[in-house]
Amino acid sequence: MEVDTPACSIAAVTDPAIESLKTAYTGPGAPTGRQLYLHTSPEFGMKRLLASGVGPIYQICKVFREGEAGRLHNPEFTLLEWYQPGYDHHRLMDEMEALIQAVLSEPCPVRRLSYGQLFEDILGFNPYPAGSEELRRVAVDQGIAGASALALPDRDAWLDLLMSHCIEPRLGSGMCFVYDYPASQASLARIRQGEPPVAERFELYLDGIELANGFHELGDHAEQRRRFQADLECRQERGQVNPPVDSRLLDALEAGLPDSSGVALGIDRLLMCITGAAHISEVLAFPFDRA
Amino acid sequence: MATYSTSEFKGGLKIMLDGDPCSIIENEFVKPGKGQAFNRVKIRNLKTGRVIERTFKSGESIEAADVMEVQLQYLYNDGEFWYFMDPDSFEQHSADAKAVSESEKWLKDQDICTITLWNGTPLSVEAPNFVTLTIVETDPGLKGDTSGGGGKPATLETGAVVRVPLFVQNGEAIKVDTRTGQYVSRVKD
Repeated sequence: MEVDTPACSIAAVTDPAIESLKTAYTGPGAPTGRQLYLHTSPEFGMKRLLASGVGPIYQICKVFREGEAGRLHNPEFTLLEWYQPGYDHHRLMDEMEALIQAVLSEPCPVRRLSYGQLFEDILGFNPYPAGSEELRRVAVDQGIAGASALALPDRDAWLDLLMSHCIEPRLGSGMCFVYDYPASQASLARIRQGEPPVAERFELYLDGIELANGFHELGDHAEQRRRFQADLECRQERGQVNPPVDSRLLDALEAGLPDSSGVALGIDRLLMCITGAAHISEVLAFPFDRA
Repeated sequence: MATYSTSEFKGGLKIMLDGDPCSIIENEFVKPGKGQAFNRVKIRNLKTGRVIERTFKSGESIEAADVMEVQLQYLYNDGEFWYFMDPDSFEQHSADAKAVSESEKWLKDQDICTITLWNGTPLSVEAPNFVTLTIVETDPGLKGDTSGGGGKPATLETGAVVRVPLFVQNGEAIKVDTRTGQYVSRVKD
């Protein structure tokens, strides 16, 4: 079922790596004014619907991110997001693969490998236990200019550096699904206990471009509350402003989220891949600098 | 100390890197959907001319380089320095051989050149795109040749040697493209 959830909310995402654009409303219902946050994905609203028992849902909508503009980024962009109750992240990858094959003019090769395998294959080391200093050494050995002087906040940022500078450019053409992320990068995905514990999260790369991010959704409201809290503490440490936490989402999770998986696909980047565009502005009528 | 944040990065921005003034050639914003943002930058070192890459964490601040381009008139060379003057303020600047570099052979007094100043000192000198110079030495031309095919070397008043058509004679003024070092045309007074 196609759904529509609010783009403006009094609560916002807490992820330290994602900033919301802000706006304000004053008038009937909020005579003294109310701070509003533009959604960075429709995830919270859609999960509230899932918890109410609507079944499988999808939505295509504009989302907004503060501070993100470049070759692959426009502050306002389009997501296709959908949720499938009863699916785990592998079954959702199957569905995603079929969707992408259907919109490409020619069948494209597909690979699936775990985050750990990907690092082993391309960089020759196991990323899960690696600490910041080891990761810095790898970055220097890989010839990332300036790596020795970079001051990054945590090991995940070092992993992001290696992923974006060394791995993405070597993914080659076709689809590449990467799954089982380090537990520290779980975001809103379930963590599967094991050695090491991993997040049941996946990303889809098409021709080396990050196109989609999916989760086997975390349904445990207490765990979700702890992660929000940890995000806020991290933001505080880094001097970032803390947005209000979405208590309605937490209430919905407490009422019960069906076991489900969900994914968000960047439509603009998919269009870039299909048309061979080098810059996201080529697939937008009026990109950011002309909006 | 003036600084720039990575959000201000764009082509042409002048920054200090490892103690040298540099100019940004290309800036790419790199960010995983749920991860750390970086600026991956191509930079030209304005002292050495070398192009290097550098990755910054987005949000970092970088020291600005006090670099500007000015139009100055060439005056003379005293064997060690080349002297230039601001035609409006009459302020003079001296450039060393490193700054003048390849432009030396095109410098004619009174020509207006583009000088890149770093903290007020010339970092590089660019001759005008086209200069008019007099031929001081070339072989006599062949009668009747008007095509310019083949050509011959000619030494100019600044010491530069360019290939000119056979009909061009000693003592004549010619127009030269300093970017390619090629003859363009004869110049009649």
